[in-house]
Amino acid sequence: MNDPTDFPGDRGGRAPSALEVRGLAKTFERPAVDHLDLTVRSGEFYALLGPNGAGKTTTLRMVAGLTRPDAGTIRVNGVDALADPIAAKRQMAWVSDEPMIYDKLTPLEYLEFVAGLWSVEQALAARTSAELLEWLGLTPHANERCEGFSRGMRQKVALAGALVHDPALIILDEPLTGLDAGAARQVKDVLHARVEAGGTVIMTTHILEVAERMAERIGVLANGRLIAEGTLAELRLRSGRGGSLEDVFLTLVGESAAA
Amino acid sequence: MSIAADRRDPSPISPWRLFAHEMRLSWRDFQGMMTAGRRRRFPVAMAILAAVVAVLHLPALAMVGRYAQVGVAPDPSTLFSATLIVALYLSLLLSQAMETVTRTLYSRGDLDLVLSSPVTPTRLFAVRIVTNAVLMALMAVALIAPFVDALIFAGGPRWLAAYAAAGSAGLIAGAAAVAVTVGLFRLLGPRRTRIVAQVAAAVIGAAFAIGLQVSAIMVYGGVSRAVFAASPAMLLHLPGATSLLWLPARALLGDLPSLAVVVGAAIGLLALTAAVFAPRLGEHSLAASAIAPSTGHHRRRRAHDFRVASASAALRHKEWQLLRRDPWLVSQTLTQMLYLIPPALLLIRNFGSSSGTFVVVVMVLVSVGGQLAGALAWLAVSGEDAPDLVRAAPVSPGAVTRAKVEAVMGAVALLLAPLMIAVAFLAPLHALAAVIGTGCSAASTILIQLWFRAQAKRSLFRRRHTSSRIATFAEALVSFSWAAAAGLAAAGTWFALASVAVALLILAGVKSLAPRTVDA
Repeated sequence: MNDPTDFPGDRGGRAPSALEVRGLAKTFERPAVDHLDLTVRSGEFYALLGPNGAGKTTTLRMVAGLTRPDAGTIRVNGVDALADPIAAKRQMAWVSDEPMIYDKLTPLEYLEFVAGLWSVEQALAARTSAELLEWLGLTPHANERCEGFSRGMRQKVALAGALVHDPALIILDEPLTGLDAGAARQVKDVLHARVEAGGTVIMTTHILEVAERMAERIGVLANGRLIAEGTLAELRLRSGRGGSLEDVFLTLVGESAAA
Repeated sequence: MSIAADRRDPSPISPWRLFAHEMRLSWRDFQGMMTAGRRRRFPVAMAILAAVVAVLHLPALAMVGRYAQVGVAPDPSTLFSATLIVALYLSLLLSQAMETVTRTLYSRGDLDLVLSSPVTPTRLFAVRIVTNAVLMALMAVALIAPFVDALIFAGGPRWLAAYAAAGSAGLIAGAAAVAVTVGLFRLLGPRRTRIVAQVAAAVIGAAFAIGLQVSAIMVYGGVSRAVFAASPAMLLHLPGATSLLWLPARALLGDLPSLAVVVGAAIGLLALTAAVFAPRLGEHSLAASAIAPSTGHHRRRRAHDFRVASASAALRHKEWQLLRRDPWLVSQTLTQMLYLIPPALLLIRNFGSSSGTFVVVVMVLVSVGGQLAGALAWLAVSGEDAPDLVRAAPVSPGAVTRAKVEAVMGAVALLLAPLMIAVAFLAPLHALAAVIGTGCSAASTILIQLWFRAQAKRSLFRRRHTSSRIATFAEALVSFSWAAAAGLAAAGTWFALASVAVALLILAGVKSLAPRTVDA
């Protein structure tokens, strides 16, 4: 078993891509993801944008091993996630818009539980947990049950859970939904620091300013297909208009709908 | 309608319209409960319900038909038995009514909307008190219908009075539940009342029936409530046939003057409750709203050593922690554990006597073990609060399931161990049958929960049966079959194998009806 504290980026054999998706497809009542190809490089902050129902969440749920694809391949740091889901999951963390925590556990107990699921060595997990709680301003609440926590605090506990096993790839689905400015800033700082330390972050968001400011590359999904991808400058070029990411995004999505 | 037109009608919504609104919401709730949210199924669900109720009339006739000729001036023994039945029924209704009143106070639902309107809280809660009581009355009438119909069929239309008596019991339970809950609120405050009322509601329903069994065991050595009611010593201490104590029993048996008094008293009590308690419910609801976002205590826990276990141990530990810390869930499972008290007393009383006495204990243990495992398995499997977290972890689905099954089996073993050990001490072979039977029964109900898993919030524990009627019936049938098998095995008869075959057939049938898993 890999040592979960061993970050792939620290080793000589750094995988060229944190995530490689090829021909990924999933149909519910209609195609949600339509033979999607997507590559996210190691150590980059990647924002996945798209209108409602574009297939962002379905794509990321398939990557995280929560939804089985109908077709295609997924490789996480070179590991085939469909052939060896356990090895792939060991390198990933999933944070959804609805914090996945237990009301009756304290943040410390929650981190203990998550560290157990990812088989983190005890001393390291204890140290990391204390650091994360401190970093996220949760230390005064470390031994209180989560049931009375605000949405922002719950999301921070969930984020601490995602980081406690030091994943190479963090996938976040709308992590800033419903957070106040202070909590949102803390979450963004944590993610930024993560990327600076060599980790990879993939995030969906409807808050385009966040994507504009934080993401190195941006992918735009519509109808389950990647209609554009690149840096903000590249997207501006592609859309044929300058301005904010919002302008670019609306132009690209509008073109896609008209096509 | 324009705002100007709206302003020309300043009168707030009438109590009748509020009542109609509440009844419509309750009807929609009932539809949702019957169809698990798929409304198109409602006609089919009602047809099945009607068929089941029709079939239930046959056993009901067999059970109560012979009592149909009891006169309107019966003897004290009959009156005492009828009074016990009324008290038993009332305790069950009170339990349900308290649950409803607690929900009214604490679940925000539409309260924010209505309370922010010009309708006075007093009017709103008066209507809610009456609606709840009327619903309890309807439920009381519906539950008793097969028995009353059987009595009418065998004894004539005078038994129609039983419907009116049952409805009155529902109104009284509805009114009493409000008084008890408001009393608790004043005594304990909004935070504690929520838990205490829910626990009390769960316990009250079972406590009276079990209390009677305990009395019968302690006095006469038998588990039957009928033995207790018909005992000569008890009859000696009963008041005369004209006593007011027998009024409800007389009403039930068709005495019209008594029925008129009971119905009048029920309506009067409800009106009084609405008048006295509606303003208080308004105040208490506002107080409860201050704690509404949290489902329980926001309390600081003692710091503890950080210990990381293996994935399986972490999952088992988490399940036990969550269960231990939820008094409401504990109370829901506690009702099943309460039924172990009579057999435990039976064991104590029959210490040193023939081992044949313990067959009933074996059967109760196996049946309770199965039901308990089914309930806990629902919490662990379907009631997982963070399913995506567990599925995203690098642990195989098989290992997750194994850990959860171990957590459930461990809890069942822990809860039943004291009685098992006592049986083993007195009758080792019976204990062996009980252990094997409980293991099979628990494993069967856990399997059914795994086959019929449907993700839901833990707070919907009481409504878990609505997601699959098949699973609910199968759980009950299979645990009774294993109980019969263990009982027959303990009695030393090979007929036990027939019961084992029935249990296995039920499992095979249920497996074939289970929905296929469609996703990862």
